Amino acid sequence: MRLTRDVVSGENRRKLRDISGEEVASCYQCGKCSAGCAMTGMMDLLPHQVIRLVQLGHIEEAAASRTIWLCASCLACSARCPRGVSLPNVMESLRVTLLRPGERHLDPAGLPAEVLENAPEQALVAGLRKYT
Amino acid sequence: MRTGVFVCWCGLNIGGVVDVPRVVEEISHYPGVARAVDYRYMCSDPGQQLIKDVIREERLDSVVIAACSPGMHEATFQSVAASAGVNPYRCEIANIREQCSWPHQNEPGEATRKAIELIQAAIEKVRGDEALSALSIPVTRRALIIGAGIAGMQAALDIAEAGHEVVLVERLPHIGGHMAQLSETFPTLDCSQCILTPKTSEVGRHPRIKLLTNSEVESISGYVGNFTVRIRRKATYVNWDLCTGCGLCTEKCPSRASSTFERGLVKEPAISIAFPQAVPHKPVISAEACGHFTKGKCGVCEKVCPVGAIDYQQQDALFEEKVGAIVVATGYDLHPKAKVGEYGYGVYPDVIDGLEFERLNSASGPTQGQIRRPSDGKVPKEVVFIQCVGSRDQENGYPYCSKICCMYTAKHARLYKHKVSDGQPYVFYMDIRAGGKGYEEFVQHATEEEGVLYLRGRVARVFQDGDALVVFGVDTLSGKKVEIRADMVVLATAIVPASGAKELARVLKTATDQYGFFSEAHPKLRPVESLTRGIYIAGCAQAPKDIPDTVTQAGSAAAKVLALFSAERLSHSPAVAAVDEELCSGCGVCVEACAYDARTLDTRRRVAVVNDVLCEGCGACAVACPNGATRQKNASRSQVFSMIDAVVG
Amino acid sequence: MNSCPELLRPCWQGFFRADEDEWRGVTASLPPDGGQGLRERRMRYPYFPGCTLRAKARGFESSALASAGALGVQLDELPNWQCCGATFPLQADNSFSLVSPARTLASARKMGERLVTLCSACYNVLKRTNHVMRTDADRRDKVNAFIEEDYRGDLEVVHFLEVLRDDIGFDALARSVKVPLGGLAAAPYYGCLLLRPADELAFDDPEAPHILEDFLSALGCRAVDHPYKIECCGSYVALEPGDLASGPSRMVVESARTRGAQVIITSCPLCQYNLDISQQGARGHSGVGVPVVYFTQLLAIALGLSEDVLGFEGHVISPGPLLRSIGAMGSEATA
Repeated sequence: MRLTRDVVSGENRRKLRDISGEEVASCYQCGKCSAGCAMTGMMDLLPHQVIRLVQLGHIEEAAASRTIWLCASCLACSARCPRGVSLPNVMESLRVTLLRPGERHLDPAGLPAEVLENAPEQALVAGLRKYT
Repeated sequence: MRTGVFVCWCGLNIGGVVDVPRVVEEISHYPGVARAVDYRYMCSDPGQQLIKDVIREERLDSVVIAACSPGMHEATFQSVAASAGVNPYRCEIANIREQCSWPHQNEPGEATRKAIELIQAAIEKVRGDEALSALSIPVTRRALIIGAGIAGMQAALDIAEAGHEVVLVERLPHIGGHMAQLSETFPTLDCSQCILTPKTSEVGRHPRIKLLTNSEVESISGYVGNFTVRIRRKATYVNWDLCTGCGLCTEKCPSRASSTFERGLVKEPAISIAFPQAVPHKPVISAEACGHFTKGKCGVCEKVCPVGAIDYQQQDALFEEKVGAIVVATGYDLHPKAKVGEYGYGVYPDVIDGLEFERLNSASGPTQGQIRRPSDGKVPKEVVFIQCVGSRDQENGYPYCSKICCMYTAKHARLYKHKVSDGQPYVFYMDIRAGGKGYEEFVQHATEEEGVLYLRGRVARVFQDGDALVVFGVDTLSGKKVEIRADMVVLATAIVPASGAKELARVLKTATDQYGFFSEAHPKLRPVESLTRGIYIAGCAQAPKDIPDTVTQAGSAAAKVLALFSAERLSHSPAVAAVDEELCSGCGVCVEACAYDARTLDTRRRVAVVNDVLCEGCGACAVACPNGATRQKNASRSQVFSMIDAVVG
Repeated sequence: MNSCPELLRPCWQGFFRADEDEWRGVTASLPPDGGQGLRERRMRYPYFPGCTLRAKARGFESSALASAGALGVQLDELPNWQCCGATFPLQADNSFSLVSPARTLASARKMGERLVTLCSACYNVLKRTNHVMRTDADRRDKVNAFIEEDYRGDLEVVHFLEVLRDDIGFDALARSVKVPLGGLAAAPYYGCLLLRPADELAFDDPEAPHILEDFLSALGCRAVDHPYKIECCGSYVALEPGDLASGPSRMVVESARTRGAQVIITSCPLCQYNLDISQQGARGHSGVGVPVVYFTQLLAIALGLSEDVLGFEGHVISPGPLLRSIGAMGSEATA
């Protein structure tokens, strides 16, 4: 991984900071977020590792992680973060770097009938707002 | 003989291993023992009272305390004995903790047997102990301080302000030490010179401080309260009494020398004053660089000096000072360049150390405070800072942590960002150790507010590739190998003892640790006292430490000196060597054997004599004496033999 | 992100405005002595139902409204409300998603000073939006300009549990219980939306909440404490293919079940769905399922209200057998 000042503190970092309202440089990588995350069992990167990639300016790699789609915005991490970093905001900002240009993580038409039949409206509205 | 034996449990430290009741039972039948008792904590107030009560009830004339090391509590129990009417030199300690229960934790039966034998030996010793009186020695209320960095200056000022004279010896031509080289200081970022110069000028003009710069301690004799110091004042080739510090010689000098103060980043005239605020503000000729000395030709400075102060014939001067206490404040050096080959330190000009960065950043430094790299003067846009260079590296450096590097690296990275706002500082670290008031916040500010990127891992290698220094590192947090093309690399090299520290320790007859840092008497309870009475330590001479800790320790050393000076006379152990002049043949073997200069020959009477106050009671002369004329008080031959009998008999 | 896709149209069809008749219909279902003593100091609050309570969680609302009525609280549905958005938007540079909840808040403010919610998500989104409107002048101005209001966040968004605790009081609630639940072992499940972020919601101690325990005690239940009561159920990740949310949900259910819980209570339809459906495959393993119900359903039972208001439907683990076994429900109850 090559680091330069353009990568580390360039336009990508600034854009993400604008979207998320979060300064990931505050994070000192203690890992408390990952320790308390309910979804880590299915993640390829732990939440703090996603933050680390953002700190290094490797935004695309962070956004390519499954982790950002598994974050359920439960705020267990940010509630306990000793540095006041709202990880869910960062995850959301990574998602929208892909969604705003038009990518869809989820195809509503492809949702299984039993999900449409049984899942509460709240799940459908929230999910489609997060994934499309 | 009526001896009382007091066996301490020391909670579970002794009592958890040694069968104390059995020890008491056995010892109470030993010849000469009037009573044996045990107690959970003998050093506690009730424990001490118990000893006094038993001494009175049993009319004891001697006591044996079986407890911890005499280093811990001998003085306590001696004074307890004395307060109940027993001569304190007839109080012996049997160390059944450090020498018994601790090393034999897994063999309680054997430990119990050994405890009994140690106590029996102590009873045998006390049986032969004479009732002695402490010796009394005078105190010279004058202190020597070796090293005039911030530690030495602080100690000197504190002692001088309290009303005592101080002799302050500094190896360099000027005072201020490394702190004079620093640009700003953490965690407040105040200018180092600004907070230092009030102290240097106060030291320079203080009526009770005798300042000897460009000088070194050659030898020391004597003992606490009464040291005689020989000091060598190296030739400066300038008569400082005449010199006004006008600087004309420096301006005109045609020869150039590498500047030590500027860490070799620039050349300076062969006759020069290290920096503008130097105290004393007087020049020194570097004989290695001066044309007059190297080629025998030049004499420009002599010609231009308006007061005729240049003195090419000046010789080193030797003189003696009498002092009662010594503070060692010799400071530190940095890990040698040659030992960090993988980073090209000493090979690539743009790989520099922390002190060099301080000079680059200093307004009075070679770049007037602009961050420009040494090779071509270019402003570096990507700067890599590497921590733990030589520190925490027992294979290639030193196993210890140099303590200040985390903080000064954060400071460097921040100062760099202040001056090169579009530059990117990277810091490779293993751990960030920022314990101290405002320290953690200072480091967090670097990452959070100033855009310093911390990378957790060591750098493997730095090599030059065209214009750039390629840094191969790792970020263990992301698990990725990292490559940075840097414009400049700054190494936080390990702090090592100042050169000559071990030699000085030998001169002072005190100890250093394996690295050459001066050893303190106790790491927690006597942190500023050396292992030699009357000699104290302050600052990085003892271990790496920052300015606040150094100033604190210097003040503490000064307080110890002042406490010593507060007494009219000092007491000295009377358990020293003595000579039976009837038996002495005046052969002089004892004089050779003595490490403390306490033995001399009276050539007129042809007998050897003992200087009681110099004698440390080590016994070396008594052992060396071929005809038994020298004996060690309270460690006589017969005492030692009966002690051995008590153990092996 | 901000779309309500065609696909979801069916869910809006459930929305209707509760009129006076509807309200009377609910109160009429009370037993003759229901809520006696409380009726004298009848309380009225504007109330926001939200999308799910009008579709797949009807039982949540009907049990809540009936219970409220029995306890002397009249919840007046907002005349004009729209979807809260179901999840609070986490983008700092986009205030558009605040428009819908802000419009709801502005209209509620015209009806009173408090707005009562039932669904945890609605509570979370409305209260957080309200916080923005109260504290962030920049975003407030943007949103107000869009909805042509001058709303300043001076409404108090409360959850129905807070009404029970603060306005009615759990002691008074305990006195109103007609069918004591006989020590039913019930595990509270808070999830995320009631508790976090704690500084904005100020609902309960975020790491050791107890409002649901206190509520359960008032009903005569034994509150089963369990470590996963504040952990995430997986939320909308339920939509991801591959059953991804069931892992976390199963942990929650197991944490309650192994500590002896016979039933789990929640105030979030998505939690209810996730916890319940996670047991679909697991039933075979554990042999025992733990039904997941809304807290208001237990409340209605304890108040002795008609089984018609319970509205148990679509459960993987039906609560019927359990509730019948403790005599809390008649034999022909719908479950």
